[in-house]
Amino acid sequence: MSLWEYANPVKFLGLSARVQPYLWAAAAICVSVGLTWGFFGTPEDFRQGSTVKIIYLHVPAALMAINAWFMMLVASLIWLIRRHHVSALAAKAAAPVGMTMTVIALVTGAIWGQPMWGTWWAWDPRLTSFLILFLFYLGYIALWEAVDDPDTAADLTSVLCLVGSVFAVLSRYAVRFWNQGLHQGTSVPVATGGRTVADVFFYPLLVSMIGFGLLFLALVLYRTGTEIRLRRTRALLARQGRDA
Amino acid sequence: MPELGKYAAEVMAAYGVSLALLAAIVLLSLRKGRRARAELAQTEQSLGKARKDG
Amino acid sequence: MIALLRRDLMLAFRAGGGFGLGLAFFLIVTILVPFSVGPQSDLLGTIAPGVLWLGALLACLLSLDRLLALDFEDGTLDLLATAPLPLEAALSVKALSHWLTTGLPLVLAAPVLGVMLNLAPSGFVWLVSSLAVGTPALSVIGTFGAALTVGIKRGGLLMSLLVLPLYVPTLIFGAEVARRGAQGLDPVTSLLLLGGITCATIALMPFASAAVLRMTLR
Repeated sequence: MSLWEYANPVKFLGLSARVQPYLWAAAAICVSVGLTWGFFGTPEDFRQGSTVKIIYLHVPAALMAINAWFMMLVASLIWLIRRHHVSALAAKAAAPVGMTMTVIALVTGAIWGQPMWGTWWAWDPRLTSFLILFLFYLGYIALWEAVDDPDTAADLTSVLCLVGSVFAVLSRYAVRFWNQGLHQGTSVPVATGGRTVADVFFYPLLVSMIGFGLLFLALVLYRTGTEIRLRRTRALLARQGRDA
Repeated sequence: MPELGKYAAEVMAAYGVSLALLAAIVLLSLRKGRRARAELAQTEQSLGKARKDG
Repeated sequence: MIALLRRDLMLAFRAGGGFGLGLAFFLIVTILVPFSVGPQSDLLGTIAPGVLWLGALLACLLSLDRLLALDFEDGTLDLLATAPLPLEAALSVKALSHWLTTGLPLVLAAPVLGVMLNLAPSGFVWLVSSLAVGTPALSVIGTFGAALTVGIKRGGLLMSLLVLPLYVPTLIFGAEVARRGAQGLDPVTSLLLLGGITCATIALMPFASAAVLRMTLR
């Protein structure tokens, strides 16, 4: 019994079907509790007023935008090394979800920035890095759509994901070099174990982050199942065409 | 409804846009998933029939 | 390898378009800038380094289409893939010939266009050196983009979409060198970082390009 058994599409679909109801329920509960708690149950910040409530959307979305790309990177590596189709399809399935998260982070950030910084958009390192991340998502999805042969598409997008990751990190540091930013430091620095957000704001934020994570997982599992079925239909039709 | 003060419009807009985007990705995924399921079932059925006939 | 380089250069010179096109594009973009932002010479001087870098980058991008597409269509790439010469080396040569026909003319033309945009006198040396150091990276990264999209019909637009984000670090450091040079600040740190990016991309990108090309040709 090993993790690799789930590289078999049938096994994967079975497990995914069993787990999904719980995942969707947990995601729905966490997202709605986190957001409701944040929206109704937290005080205003003395400097930011009620705009502090946007943090419950902005931070989890930004977190998942990066983690989604990271997940795609791992899945691409698995595809390139072990050639499990489920892995390639999972990377494909995750891309639009990650892009949605990126857009949410950018939009909520702009809406928050307008009253707080006095501008919708500033060429700040973090904002710019996210814009670049958005472009990478766009290119990745476009490449998947453009290549006809599914295996070649998986190969090409995997390499793009690897190279893109290197350049995304490089851009992140290049951009920091280029302009010192307006953006505050990270709200939940995991590496140091500390946090820069007060408890009243932190707990709903934590729930919301978990909720976004679960929602991402549920969506990716569901969408991977969709891709597997589409691939199977295609294979069946191709076989029929050959026989006829 | 909590008192949102002078930033009510911004906060509501942020929540509105984000929830709409989340709903959009969920609904699009579900629609695509349902269609894929139906297509596969149909293909399998027609192929099975063809095999029996042949 | 030298034969391949010579062949590519000959094709670029003779077949028309390939050689002068990037240069002409660079010229036109630079000439159009004053029309769009106004003729004030101090404003033009401020933005000149950035505009010249952006123009050079777009000119490089424009000529990438032909880098592999023609060879793919007439089967040359299949021959190269099965030749004793490693595909990595062949693609490095391709990138080199792209740089010689596109990047190098841009580097040489940049000072002239700098005069037209009222670039500060102290900036010329740094502008030329930043372009000389940075444009090879543009060619090598561009070769990767071209290899990625070579099998796709009408892949030109897609290639721009894929390549432009990859150009970001090079553009940032390159324009930073030129800007700091023009403002009389110390540009050496940025120039070293730019050189680092160029060396790393020259060393690593051909492997990625060759891997991608093999996948397409398989």
